[in-house]
Amino acid sequence: MKDSLKLVSKITAHPDSRCWFVAWNPKGTLLASSGGDRSIRIWGREGDSWVCKSVLEEGHQRTVRKVAWSPCGNYLASASFDATTCIWRKKQDDFECVTTLEGHENEVKCVAWAPSGNLLATCSRDKSVWVWEVDEEDEYECVSVVNSHTQDVKHVVWHPNQEILASASYDNSVKLYKEDDDDWVCRDTLEGHESTVWSVDFDKSGQRLASCSDDKTVKIWREYEPGNEQGVVCNGTAPTWKCICTLSGFHSRSIYDISWCHLSGAMATACGDDAIRVFEEDTTSDPHQPTFSLAAHVPKAHDQDVNCVSWNPKEVGLLASCSDDGDIGIWSYQPQH
Amino acid sequence: MGGGTRLENANPLIFQRSGERQLTTEEEDEEFADPIDDREIFDLIRTINDPEHPLSLEELNVVEQVRVRVNDNDSTVSVEFTPTIPHCSMATLIGLSIKVKLLRSLPERFKIDVHITPGTHASEQAVNKQLGDKERVAAALENSHLLEVVNQCLSGRS
Repeated sequence: MKDSLKLVSKITAHPDSRCWFVAWNPKGTLLASSGGDRSIRIWGREGDSWVCKSVLEEGHQRTVRKVAWSPCGNYLASASFDATTCIWRKKQDDFECVTTLEGHENEVKCVAWAPSGNLLATCSRDKSVWVWEVDEEDEYECVSVVNSHTQDVKHVVWHPNQEILASASYDNSVKLYKEDDDDWVCRDTLEGHESTVWSVDFDKSGQRLASCSDDKTVKIWREYEPGNEQGVVCNGTAPTWKCICTLSGFHSRSIYDISWCHLSGAMATACGDDAIRVFEEDTTSDPHQPTFSLAAHVPKAHDQDVNCVSWNPKEVGLLASCSDDGDIGIWSYQPQH
Repeated sequence: MGGGTRLENANPLIFQRSGERQLTTEEEDEEFADPIDDREIFDLIRTINDPEHPLSLEELNVVEQVRVRVNDNDSTVSVEFTPTIPHCSMATLIGLSIKVKLLRSLPERFKIDVHITPGTHASEQAVNKQLGDKERVAAALENSHLLEVVNQCLSGRS
């Protein structure tokens, strides 16, 4: 496992501030970062180095917690502690703020686009998850407010190919939502973590979900349809999600983010102990009781907490990370079989 | 906090302040690599003002040197504080003040954990969780009113 994760580049992205989040555009050519300095920066590769292509300021009054690209790559959404979400439209190398989505009572913690690009989800410290519909005129309308969590909602992510939404919360649970009769409803609550769930990510198939928590564990959940051979009990016609694996003992502090690569299946974690770790599923393990091995561990990946990890969607093994130290790290992962 | 409001704990026990720290010859030597120790951390937090009394956290026995643990090698600091009464509504604010003081004073490499002394507060778990959530702490410190209150607690008294 030695040297399987190598540093390609370190970028001073948000000096004198935290870098909270990084997100690749769908083509994998641009990386957006957000920080405590209220700005969003867009990074692109020029030869061997990464350069800042644009700085998006004046959209938010407070910390920009997370950003998300639309599936077409022409829009960027930003979630801020100022209780709003901004939508930015790309114009060549520049971005302009075209809409500000308002309604949450306080800090917006996360934003995510559905694979179709027609739906957007936001979540907030006000405990709610909002689903927004985007029409052809670029108008955004809130179609549902779901108050299923009992605490601060930290993260939202869409299923890779279905209109299913997952959220993670300070109430220690993960919830899954589906549209039902023009309204969005909670279909399943995944309980098992003993503290805040900071992030969730689906695998490529969307049949499995990985969650990471302040309890220092990662859990893998699997969807079981009614009538499944394994005898997992379902409530009526809805599928049920069951925890099939817990990775414990690997992380020494809170795990702030998890990214499950859709190209390689490798799973990366961002931890409050400054380390980045990569896990690989053991190919011979039972799919209903899988085991994972630590395939890479960089103890001092950053000088402070690692807040986010993100696999490039097109280039296998290219990983971006960011930290409280304000830096972005670009890494190259080489599995060693 | 505000004038005229009834105090939650009107007659707190007051404890003796510790004396000035005795500097060793090694500590006075600039060349000597001197790790941060428990007493230095304690000195940073013992003079923090209580939000409702004109007394320091040390005088109210909210902080004690024996409840400070620092490991300079591992860059970790852990502080337990003891609210004066089990239903103290100021517990989160006091913990936040301790955390902010240490965040501002220590090198950035330090991981700072601030907890309530086990068994001394009714909402111990909830307060600990809140103080351990750096995202909520960051959001709280962007609130100018709250920041002002924290800064008042941290403003030095002679």
